[in-house]
Amino acid sequence: MKDMLILLFRSKRFIVGFILFLSVLLFALIGPILNPRNPFQMVGGLFSPPSNEFLLGTDNLGRDVFTQLMYGTRTSLLIGFTAGIIATTIGVSIGSVAGYKGGVIEEVLMGITNVFITIPSIVILILLSIAIKTRSALVMGLVIGITAWPWTARAVRAQTSSLKTREHIDIARISGFNTFEMIIGEILPYMFSYIFMAFILQFSGGILNEATLSMLGLGPFQTVSLGVMLHWSLLWEAVRTGAWWAFIPPVICLSMTTFSLMSMNASMDEIFNPRLRRG
Amino acid sequence: MGNLLTANHLRAYYKTVQGEEIKAVDDVFLEVKEGEVLGIAGESGCGKSTLASVLSFTILPPLYLVGGEVMVDSKNIFTLEKEILRRDIKGKYISVVPQGAMNSLNPTARIKNFVIDIIKEHFPEMTKEEALRRARERFEALSLPPRILDAYPHQLSGGMKQRTVTVISTLLNPNILIADEPTSALDVSSQKIVIKLFVELLKRNIIKSIVFITHELPLLRHFADRIAIMYAGKIVELGPMEEVIFSPRHPYTKLLMSSVLVPEPGMKEKKIEAIPGVPPDLKNPPSGCRFHPRCPSYIEGICERTSPELIEIAPSHRVSCFLYGGKDVA
Amino acid sequence: MSPNDEVLLEVKNLVKIFGSGKSAIKAVDDVSFSIKRGEILSLLGESGSGKTTTARIILKLLPPTEGKIIFKGKDITYVNDRKNLLDYWREVQAIFQDPFSSFNNFYSVKRVLNNVFHLIKNNISKDEKEERIRESLINVGLNPDDVLNKRPHELSGGQRQRIMLARILVIRPSILIADEPTSMIDASSRAGILNLLLDLRKDYGMSVMFITHDIGLAYYTSDKLLIMNNGQIVESGDAETIINSPKHPYTIRLLSDVPVLNRKWEL
Repeated sequence: MKDMLILLFRSKRFIVGFILFLSVLLFALIGPILNPRNPFQMVGGLFSPPSNEFLLGTDNLGRDVFTQLMYGTRTSLLIGFTAGIIATTIGVSIGSVAGYKGGVIEEVLMGITNVFITIPSIVILILLSIAIKTRSALVMGLVIGITAWPWTARAVRAQTSSLKTREHIDIARISGFNTFEMIIGEILPYMFSYIFMAFILQFSGGILNEATLSMLGLGPFQTVSLGVMLHWSLLWEAVRTGAWWAFIPPVICLSMTTFSLMSMNASMDEIFNPRLRRG
Repeated sequence: MGNLLTANHLRAYYKTVQGEEIKAVDDVFLEVKEGEVLGIAGESGCGKSTLASVLSFTILPPLYLVGGEVMVDSKNIFTLEKEILRRDIKGKYISVVPQGAMNSLNPTARIKNFVIDIIKEHFPEMTKEEALRRARERFEALSLPPRILDAYPHQLSGGMKQRTVTVISTLLNPNILIADEPTSALDVSSQKIVIKLFVELLKRNIIKSIVFITHELPLLRHFADRIAIMYAGKIVELGPMEEVIFSPRHPYTKLLMSSVLVPEPGMKEKKIEAIPGVPPDLKNPPSGCRFHPRCPSYIEGICERTSPELIEIAPSHRVSCFLYGGKDVA
Repeated sequence: MSPNDEVLLEVKNLVKIFGSGKSAIKAVDDVSFSIKRGEILSLLGESGSGKTTTARIILKLLPPTEGKIIFKGKDITYVNDRKNLLDYWREVQAIFQDPFSSFNNFYSVKRVLNNVFHLIKNNISKDEKEERIRESLINVGLNPDDVLNKRPHELSGGQRQRIMLARILVIRPSILIADEPTSMIDASSRAGILNLLLDLRKDYGMSVMFITHDIGLAYYTSDKLLIMNNGQIVESGDAETIINSPKHPYTIRLLSDVPVLNRKWEL
């Protein structure tokens, strides 16, 4: 573990991603604490450009964009994180059981997974979002998470299938371990780095999915998120009026976040994978 | 019969990222005579595959040539220009069938395409048809069905793949063929067929000598003329096959032979002995004679001081052990 | 010590088919044999002969397509409940070929030894468990303090196989299935592992069944040989008899292709 971390921090690409992500995180978490302003309060003129008082200007209702960006990033991160945890948990559970048990159970579980994969998740997301009455950030994270797991399930199933052939699994079985103990104790440790990377991908995907939904107007109620900011700009024609400060910053923030997560993931892939192959 | 190749004081080490040196080939002396089969035997990790790489001039980082010479035609080939080495020596004078070669065939290409590539690399002016014709001729001459050329690797059995790879490596009639564990993954019957092919190649003068690397001593009993025993990067015994197998001199060879299990009458009464300890770490090999920590004949004060030279103790039979002399050097 | 006549395990008309329809493969084709108490035997065959599949079925890692496995008079072929499985594995155990992948590399080797107490009756104190583990390690020639807290990659192949043997000593099954136990160990360490395996019969009356392709090893270790080819047992009997006067053409060819020392091939 230690040597892997050392290798990671030697990789330039990882460092870049890590620092970028850390900046976004600090901005989103520490920012709101230091910033006394309220993102929903009307404090200035409508669509006024960036100035010394309002670093990123104001939106269509005269609210401070910079503050919105802070709170928005925080919400987006929260939704992405929730979606990541849920998608990864469901994906790992289904994938590992399918891969380990094999036979009929594998067929059924993978059948369900494949159905979910073929239906465009965005369609499911839209339908679910419309159907749900309350849309808080956590609920959104949940909704996104339960549509994003199939990819992880397939990948985990494949890994589990190949790990199953290792002799230590046979030894554990003839030592009387049950299925649950086998999966948790003998199989998952081998996939830890893989699962972690899957989580990062789901995290990043969750953020993007939230942005998509919110832009379509299906975002969380009474909260600001990066997607909601974009939705407002679309709705209130920020582009046409030339109020670039209302939509460029959230776009940059979104890009930076997903880029930094993907960078870190790519570096982790390089370092973790040879071990997976060898182990 | 002269020497086709002589290696003197050959040293080749691996350098790790952390800067350590793995002394895989350390002061090796060897000669390959015309018309012979030289077996190199040793356990895994003794350096024999590295030796194969060095002798076939495939020395790529992290492996580095650290010292010594390999004489071919009274010229040290390491002093030759890279271009001459690549054009005239590799594949032409010396050809190698590396370990696991049969599994490295491109699964998406028919065998004949592989063959054409190899021939054209050395004879660029030759046409595809001519190259194929030659290949077919050679396959037939060695009793291999020419249909193999049109097949994909996965359509061939293990034994067939190994024979194919062997025939392809000898298409240019190299003087020396080095084969690294060519039969380890094969069942006994396929193994025998592959060995027969090697003997046939020699009989027909397609190649002039064979260096056969293996960990299985009984195999060498059947077709090697001389055997070199390798331990921890050094050659510890080198002599005629009958001597090394039936009256080994070096304590390590003796122990190796006594742990051999063959299905012949009398085997059941034998009690096989383990060699105590573990093969040494080549990063930090034992001082003096590398075998001394595990040697039943260890002489304190002598064996750990210096490494014994390879001394001739009988015609063509050399041993590197203080039991047979050389103590005055220590 | 020679085997007595008590039959511990009986395999009757075992069949295993993988896949279905045109691509079905009959890996095990009507295999029958028995293992007596204190007997050492080898299931000998090349790769693809079905010997490993047979072993896995006996170990209940794989269900057969047809046939029966009878242990101490009880038909355990399709037994699947936890209690009976644990009872069975307390008596029938295995040691595998690859000393590296036999371990879970994330834990120290202590864990694989501790895990056997899953199988053994649970009213043993922690101290007694530790004592039994230490004793077993010493009996296989390892110093407990040297190895217990190490991770598998810090030990040599030979040492790892010894730990697997120590695991067997803690369990004390009546039958041990040894699947190519020395093929991935270097030659120097091989004899030590083999001698330990043979001592299992001498010291504990354990029956040992070797699964191997190495005829020399099979002959050296075993009272009885079962020659397998293409899923079937083509010849079986006393080891000495088979080696000296093989009857089946496959056995004859096998013996003539094996490199021995006392005569040379005609090449």
